[in-house]
Amino acid sequence: MSLMEEVNARAQALGVPISAHIDLTYRCNERCEHCYLEHDDKGEMSTAEIFDILGQLADAGVFFLVLSGGEPLLRRDFFPILERARSLLFNVKLKTNAVLIHEAEAQRLRELGVEQVQISVYSHRPEVHDGITKLPGSLKRTLRAIEFLKSQGLKVTMANVLMRPNVLDASGVHRLASDLGVGYTLDPTITPMMNGDKSLLKLRAPREVLREAFRDPTLVGDVDEFCAPPAAPDDDALNATACSAGHTACYISPYADVYPCVQFPLPSGNLRRQKFIDIWRDSPELNDVRSIRARDLPTCSSCTHLASCSRCPGLAWMEGNMRGPSTADCEKSFVRTGIPSANMLAKASAPARRPAMPGLVQISMATT
Amino acid sequence: MNAKYIARSSAIAARKLGDEMIIMSALNSTLFTLNPVATVIWQAADGKTPLADIVQGTVCRQFDVAPELAYEDAEALVNDLAGHGILLVSEQPISAQAPQEPR
Repeated sequence: MSLMEEVNARAQALGVPISAHIDLTYRCNERCEHCYLEHDDKGEMSTAEIFDILGQLADAGVFFLVLSGGEPLLRRDFFPILERARSLLFNVKLKTNAVLIHEAEAQRLRELGVEQVQISVYSHRPEVHDGITKLPGSLKRTLRAIEFLKSQGLKVTMANVLMRPNVLDASGVHRLASDLGVGYTLDPTITPMMNGDKSLLKLRAPREVLREAFRDPTLVGDVDEFCAPPAAPDDDALNATACSAGHTACYISPYADVYPCVQFPLPSGNLRRQKFIDIWRDSPELNDVRSIRARDLPTCSSCTHLASCSRCPGLAWMEGNMRGPSTADCEKSFVRTGIPSANMLAKASAPARRPAMPGLVQISMATT
Repeated sequence: MNAKYIARSSAIAARKLGDEMIIMSALNSTLFTLNPVATVIWQAADGKTPLADIVQGTVCRQFDVAPELAYEDAEALVNDLAGHGILLVSEQPISAQAPQEPR
C-alpha cells in the first residue's frame, strides 16, 4: 500500500474528509461543447462565506483542496481566496483553462505554493481546441500560460477529455504535453449536465476510438495489464466501497451546496444553512452513500468486472440509481477486456429495451 | 553544544490526521506522515524555542522517554525534515514567521 493509500485508508477509518473540491464559480470564459454546467451566476458565495467555509474545512481535517469552476480566475477575489487557503495549509490543486494566466498570475501561484495546476487541453490543433471551447485563440492563450507556469517551476498537467469532436487528437495532445514537459491525463468521461440533461452524452467517444486509446501504451502504460481479463471478485472486492466520494471526499458548489463529488450531484446539505461538519457527519444522503458495499449492488455484485471496474456511483445516480450500474463504465470495462458486463448481458437478454442513454445503445446491441 | 532552533517552512501543506501529521512539500510534492512524537516536535517548531527545550519541556513531558535519547532522535528527525525542505534549522532564533499551526 502506498503512503497516499495509507493516508486515505486512515482518513476513511477516522471519518475524515481528507479531500474537498470547491467550484468557486460556474461562470466561464469558454463555452465548451461537453460542459455539464449552467454558467449564469445564481448567487455565488461571497468572499467572506468562502473564507468561513475554508476554516470549517480545515477544522474538519481537509488536506487536499481542489479549486475549480467554471473558470475560477474569473473571480476578482480568486487570489485572496487562494491566499487564505494556503495560510490554512491546504494542499491546493487548481483546475483552470489558464486563459487568464499571464506572467504575474503564474508568479503569484508559485509564491502561494499551489501544488499543481491542471489545465484543459482538447487538441494540439487550434481549430479543434477552439472549436470545442468556442473561444477563438484559446489554445494559443492556454499554451502561453503553460509556458509561464512552467517558467515558475510549477507542476502542470494537461487534462484531455476525449469526445467525438477530438477523437483523432489524443496522441497529438500527449505529444504536446511531452514537448512542453508537463503531465498528461486522458479522460473519456462525458457526464450529463448537473441539471440532469443527458443531451451531452451524444458526445461520448465511440467504441472503436476508446478501443484504440486503451491499446496505446503512451496513453495507458502497460496495455496487457490495462486490458487484462478481470480477476474473480473476492471478499475484499465484495466488501469494497466504490470510491472516495462521500467517504473521504466531497464537493461544494458556488452556491454552497454539498455533494459527495462533482460527478455525483446528490444534494446533501447547504453551507448557508448548516455547518460543514454537521453535513459531513449527519447528512442522510452521505450516510446512505457510505453504507453501500459492492455486495449490495443488485447487478454489479454478480459482474465479472466487479474487482477492476471503475464504476462511478455518481454516474449511476444520474442514470437513476446510485446502487445501479454506470453504463459508461460498463462500456469501458468491455472495451478494455472484450468481456461484456453483467449489466450489458442483462440488457441484451431483456425482452424489450428502451435506450436511456443516447450513444450507448449500441453497446448492449453489440453484445447480443 | 550550540542551541538549535527550528521553524516550519511556509512551502508546505499540513494537516493533523488523528494523532499523526501529514505534510506535503510544495517544492517536490513529497508526502510525509509524522508519528505522534514527531508531530509534537513539528508543532512546537516556532523558530523561537530551542530544540532542547522542546524535547525537555514537551516531548519528555508527553512521552515516557529519557531526555538524552529523545534529543538524539529529535535531532535526527529535524535534520531529515530540513533535508526535505519542510523545516528550517538555525543556530539563531528564526525570525521569519512560521506558518500557523495546522488544525
